[in-house]
Amino acid sequence: MTSAHSDDAVIEAVGLGRDFVLSEGPLFRRRRRTVAAVRGIDLTVRAGEVVGYLGPNGAGKSSTMKMLTGILTPTSGSLRVLGMEPARERTRLASHIGVVFGQRTTLWWDLPLKDSLELTRHMYRVPAADHARRLAELTGLLELGPFLATPVRQLSLGQRMRGDLTAALLHGPRLLVLDEPTIGLDVVSKATIREFLLRLNAEEGTTILLTTHDLGDVERLCDRVVVIDHGSLAYDGDLAGLRAAVPVPRVLVVDLAEPSPPLEVAGARFVRAEGPRQWLELEDNPSAVIARVAAGNEIADLTLREPDIEGVVAALYRGAEPRPA
Amino acid sequence: MADLLARPCGGTVERLTRPARVYALLAWTWSRALAQYPASLALMTFGTALGAVAEIFAVFVVFRHAGALDGFSLAEGLLIASLANLMFAAADMLMGMVEGLGQHIRSGSLDVMLVRPVSPLVQIATDRFAVRRLGRVVPAAAVAGFALYHCDIDWTAGKVLMLPVLVVSGVAIAASVWTASGCLQFFVADAREAANSVTYGGHALTEYPLSIYGKGVVYAVTFAVPLAFVGWQPVLYLLDRPDPTGLPDLLRFAPPFVAVAACTAAALLWRLGLRHYRSTGS
Repeated sequence: MTSAHSDDAVIEAVGLGRDFVLSEGPLFRRRRRTVAAVRGIDLTVRAGEVVGYLGPNGAGKSSTMKMLTGILTPTSGSLRVLGMEPARERTRLASHIGVVFGQRTTLWWDLPLKDSLELTRHMYRVPAADHARRLAELTGLLELGPFLATPVRQLSLGQRMRGDLTAALLHGPRLLVLDEPTIGLDVVSKATIREFLLRLNAEEGTTILLTTHDLGDVERLCDRVVVIDHGSLAYDGDLAGLRAAVPVPRVLVVDLAEPSPPLEVAGARFVRAEGPRQWLELEDNPSAVIARVAAGNEIADLTLREPDIEGVVAALYRGAEPRPA
Repeated sequence: MADLLARPCGGTVERLTRPARVYALLAWTWSRALAQYPASLALMTFGTALGAVAEIFAVFVVFRHAGALDGFSLAEGLLIASLANLMFAAADMLMGMVEGLGQHIRSGSLDVMLVRPVSPLVQIATDRFAVRRLGRVVPAAAVAGFALYHCDIDWTAGKVLMLPVLVVSGVAIAASVWTASGCLQFFVADAREAANSVTYGGHALTEYPLSIYGKGVVYAVTFAVPLAFVGWQPVLYLLDRPDPTGLPDLLRFAPPFVAVAACTAAALLWRLGLRHYRSTGS
């Protein structure tokens, strides 16, 4: 099987970089410009971890994912996935990892889901008995039963995603790479998929790396968060640590009885107003601030907003020095 | 078919034949899926067959009016047209889907193919594998059989043995041309139309005796894009006819070698294209 490079490292990237050469300008007078999509990333993911890989669009997430799966050849640094070099051993690596792209299906559009999965079995050379057992298991967990015979093009997005997950897991991969697995799904489908992934990780020890824009995914699933910005690592640690590293204040939303000038209270900073509603950034204990506001105004309603992960990540982006391209 | 691929990773033979077995399996699955709409499949196949028959009929009409073209009789003309049609249709069935490469690149489905442990070329070639193309192969084969019977051929043992070799070589050469022209889309996004001028254009060209074209054309399809070895040279061989274009008669024995060279060139071009794709990510 695979030769374990380090004891239990599933992904080992050292100084991983990827440049793209762009040609611009009119024909015959083209200028070539090198743009770094990923620059010098050091990342080690150990067996059994669930890692969220976050970053704004264009930060280098997809390029990293493509390098991890061997679709894209790195321009610098070294990369090992399950002890293999993805760019050189793409085909061999493919039979040990599962990949799901949220935005496009790996299933065959015109085939019934069952046939799609059967084809996948042949491609990954899974013995028939193992396949049957595993399919039965996944059919139960992901409730595929009602639509196994339906052509993939007729499946709802949530059903399709469950089918895609099944296809990616039938060969029992040790690493599951998910690119926005819950994009466009409704709340119930999202919850089903998150619960399933947690269970997979707990029971089979499958290592999971996922990109997402969904805070729910991160909060529910990831023990570890890696943030990439402008191609470089901006943060690597747990979610609590990320929140601590980039303190984003809680916001108090006050609905006053009638529109009034910006509130000036100690321990809070006025952010903006919209009719009778005002936003205050808390610098002090919320109850003290609420008491002070209530003392001078008639309050119709109050909400306290916790900083969400998106806000934290956005603050992290703002903090990072924009690099010259 | 079911457990064709289930055996554990075996020796060299197993490794070498795997692409062919995966091809057969994928093609079979697609055929089965498309057969779920039997009326549609039957109509499409019939339509394709009609097209093939019309093409050969056009050649028939031309020869009927002209009597003979450049010393080739009606039966001989039909032999050239039907053999070329047969081999191009078979090649189109095997590798024609590669011309959809640009679409796979744009939609990202090539990336999906790249994360499966199976050659992406096999996956593209079998994508929506269309049984209806048998609609071209079957009538072309029937006319070829008819023409072989009516042509004045001195059937020696050598010729009987050479015939299948020539057919396989011709299909391989045409399939290589299909593949190689599809690979251009790795480098130029909308190369499909340009590539079609070689594939479909080349096909139309080879339906008539090549000697009716100018020398430049004959040289181009002999030495640049080797379509002359698909139908023309094999027919000269079968008819024991000296080459009317003045090229050496030895060329008619070249198809197997040309086929190997063409397949190698196409495979290298595919690898080169894939490497280009993986280093540009576009």
